[in-house]
Amino acid sequence: MTLAGLWAVMTSLLLRAAIALALTSAILTIIMFRLGATLAGVFELSVCGGLISVVFISVISLTHRLPLQEYLKRRESRINRFIYLPFILLATVIILFIIQKPILVTLPMGTITEVRSMMWDVRRIDLFGQIMVLLAGVYGVLILFKGRK
Amino acid sequence: MVIDFSQFFWLFFAFVVLILIEGFYCIMVTYNLMRVLIGLEILIKAVTLLIIVAGYLSGQMALAQTLVITVIVIEVVVVMIAAGIVLGFYREYDSLNVRNARNMKG
Repeated sequence: MTLAGLWAVMTSLLLRAAIALALTSAILTIIMFRLGATLAGVFELSVCGGLISVVFISVISLTHRLPLQEYLKRRESRINRFIYLPFILLATVIILFIIQKPILVTLPMGTITEVRSMMWDVRRIDLFGQIMVLLAGVYGVLILFKGRK
Repeated sequence: MVIDFSQFFWLFFAFVVLILIEGFYCIMVTYNLMRVLIGLEILIKAVTLLIIVAGYLSGQMALAQTLVITVIVIEVVVVMIAAGIVLGFYREYDSLNVRNARNMKG
């Protein structure tokens, strides 16, 4: 997942970056399935891996390509800016493994284990909040794409 | 074969930190608005992974899943609106370079 994210950040073509982002989502979904979060995994794969990738690719396809000379110039500038990232990541890995500490895990008793029960019984108000956020998003997109008079 | 992931919490934490660094670096260094969005997406992926691992370790996977679903819903709305803004910006300036935003007039 880290490597897919690195690919998304480092690649010079936007289309490849969008594909790498979809790959990151797919790997995150696999981790979710392995940890037992199947419902969240399905959401992640269908929405983040599917819908958001489609949105990204649509936006990229609506923009035109740069001329070759300009592209090569910007690519060189990008490489100069992003060359430090692998070294920063490597340094972070070394630091993290130097300060490594054991973390105590406590398992609380009597917690709700059913996702549906948690969603409908405990966090019902959150669902209304999510619906409101979605409607606000639809309204925002409508405003953004409204034709000029 | 069943793997006990609680043994690997530190490894997951390290991965989350690395992905967060990738996202922050991408947002800080780039001038392309689409890449800023991609960096934001990478940050959200790291947070999602952290919530799931924390839910797994604390035994509250149901709560973690509902939180992740909320995060995904908000993520979709943010990306949709941001993509619309990026397209509007592109139509106005014929470029995705964030430095052109300095010429914006209210």
